[in-house]
Parts: sequence; structure tokens; C-alpha cells
Amino acid sequence: MALKRDLQAGEPAWFASGSLYNAGRYVAVLATEYSTESGLFDVVPASEPANISFLAKPSRLPVGMHDGITGAVYAFDIYNNLITAPMPVSFELSTPSGSMQRRTVGTRYGAAWTAMDSTAQQGIDKFVARIGDVSSTRVVGQVPGDPCVLKMSARLSGRELELVTDPVRDCSGNPIPDGTIVTFTQAYPGGQSTVDVPIKRGIATVQVAALSGATISVASGVVIGNQIRWGK
Amino acid sequence: MFKSLVILLAAIAVTSAHSAAQATVRVQPANLQGPRTLQEQTASAVIRDYLQSWRSFSAALEQNRAGLLDSAFVGAAKDQLAATIMQQTKLGMRVKYQDRSHDIRIVFYSPEGQSVELIDKVEYDVQILDRDTVKATQRVTGRYIVVLTPAEVRWRVRVFQEESE
Repeated sequence: MALKRDLQAGEPAWFASGSLYNAGRYVAVLATEYSTESGLFDVVPASEPANISFLAKPSRLPVGMHDGITGAVYAFDIYNNLITAPMPVSFELSTPSGSMQRRTVGTRYGAAWTAMDSTAQQGIDKFVARIGDVSSTRVVGQVPGDPCVLKMSARLSGRELELVTDPVRDCSGNPIPDGTIVTFTQAYPGGQSTVDVPIKRGIATVQVAALSGATISVASGVVIGNQIRWGK
Repeated sequence: MFKSLVILLAAIAVTSAHSAAQATVRVQPANLQGPRTLQEQTASAVIRDYLQSWRSFSAALEQNRAGLLDSAFVGAAKDQLAATIMQQTKLGMRVKYQDRSHDIRIVFYSPEGQSVELIDKVEYDVQILDRDTVKATQRVTGRYIVVLTPAEVRWRVRVFQEESE
């Protein structure tokens, strides 16, 4: 920033409180008709934070991921100067059920970061960074992970075989979202058929031709379920 | 009548286009906090764009043209520099910066890769002109704390703040 005052001899120079609000080094110049003098002085950030720049990632992730959520903050004073003096930052990740992870980290050159585990429960978590009385909140959606166990059963329905999975859940017991694809594969002498089925209301079901001697398997993502041999 | 003039200027260091070749640049090994590995290519791009931002800044403050800041600065840093240029224009002043040396160390790479913070110990000359008359030339040694964030094709300076060492 640049300021200038014209003065008469003997008149004091003053700059109103608050007129220098950008932290940094300043050059002060006193110029007369006959001589010029200059010097340096510093304006430092206010010690109290007024604003936290808080970036949390990702906004959505599977449950149960170690250090899966990261947050980074920069602390600024009321004039948007980066506060470089060390300060403690409290990071809190809370679930709707009330469980909370908390870490306190000191800023270094105005910045601090942390990593948190996603919890076992799906839902919307609050991720809060706090310095003194100033806080900033981000929302992190935790979704079920991959299916943990995939189990199907088969029963004859007319001339077809009805295949039905048990309710599909992740390893923390959260139901896998509807729309997730489950693949049924039927191998029989002389061929193979595959059907992709989206989960509906927590289970996947399909009807296939009942072929004697067929081996039927089920899979979703990286998880392979049980096998059924039909007939013979 | 004995008349004097008091001028205060934020000494924001920058290098002009021709001075860039003269300034020595030393890059210290990164001393990172954060879990993310800083690839050499990323570090080189950050340093390159940071030094380029000094050239933009220097030209902008010497010519009082805020538009020259656009490619290199963003956010609060850009707003503050643009305000300085507006004040200089109103006061009939210009400021020339000539950097002598940079000693740069990257200190923070945020976990999601959206910001890089570096410290630069800079030695530079600042020349203050009032209606094209040189009022003062000052040699300054200071430490800049700089935060850059990625834009479409380059890193831009978001925080540009000097303090004494």
C-alpha cells in the first residue's frame, strides 16, 4: 500500500490507526527540498485469527479408511494477513451418532494439516477446524465400502431358477447402496451366461434357466460369493 | 517555506523483467510438513511460476498497471497489490523493485495438493519515484511467506507477505 502526506516544517506526520493493515515491510521516506531520508519498519499480522481457510478432502469416501480424510488450514487475521506466529488448531470429525475424533496441531508458517480415519458408520460427518473462537466446518459423506460377504441362495420357480442374495453389506454392517451391480455367472456344459443385476432394497435377485449340472457363482466388485451346483 | 513529504510504501519485493537474469536464485531442499510427496517436476513448476510472478508484480508496480497481475496473482494477494497500484496512481507515484537474490525453501504441500507454501529470503532494491523524481532507494533484506495454488496451466500466488528475518 502507498500513503503520502504533505507537511510544513515542525508539523508532525501521522497516519490514522488502521490505515496500515497489510502486513509486510514498509519503507518510510522523509523528503524535503534539500534532503531525503528513508527507513524500514514492519507491520505484523494481528495475533487473533478472524478467518480460517479450510480445505477438506474428499467430500465423500467409503467407511473405514485409515487416514482417508485430510484437512489443511491457513489462518488469517481480520485484514486477510496470514498469521505466521504458531497457534494450535483443533480438528474434529464427528458422526451423527456423536462419536468424535479430535487432533490438535500447531501451525507452522500459518499452515497446519491433519488426517482422520473415516468411521465405521455411513452418514454425513462434520469436519471442523477451530482456532480460538474461529471455526470452519466441512461436511464429509461416508458411504458404505465394498461388499464384505456375498451369499446367495437358489430355488426352483417353474422351469427357472430364482437366485437371491442375502442383504448385501460392507464389513462394518452398512447396507450397500441400491444400484450397486451384482454379477451372477452360470457355467454349464458347453457354455456360460452372465447377468449383471443392480441391488434393489438391499438385495440382488434374478431368474435364470435351470440347467442341470450348472455351476452358479456370484460376485460384486472385488468380492466373490458362494457357488451353487444345480442338479445331477 | 520548508516543506517535507512523508511517504509510506509497502516494500513488496519483486524483480523486473531485465533484473531477473541478474538475481541469484538458490533453492533449498524442501522441508515439508504434510503427507504428500512433492515431485521434482511440481517443485520446479512452483519455483518457476513464483519467480515469474515477481516479474509480473514488478512490471505492474513500476507501470501502475494492475492488469499485469492477472496471470500470476489471485485472491487476497492480487487484491492487495491492485489496491496498492490504485493508491500509487492517485498519489502520482511509482515504485521500482530490483531483486538481488532469492533463497527459496518449500515448507508445505497440502495433503490434497491444492496449495504450496514457500519461504523466500530475498535481497532487493526498492526505488520510490514521486512524479518521476527518485525520492529514495533502499536496499532491503526480508523474508517472504508465499502461498501458491494451482490454476489452469500454472501456479498462482495467493498469499504474498513479507516479514523481517
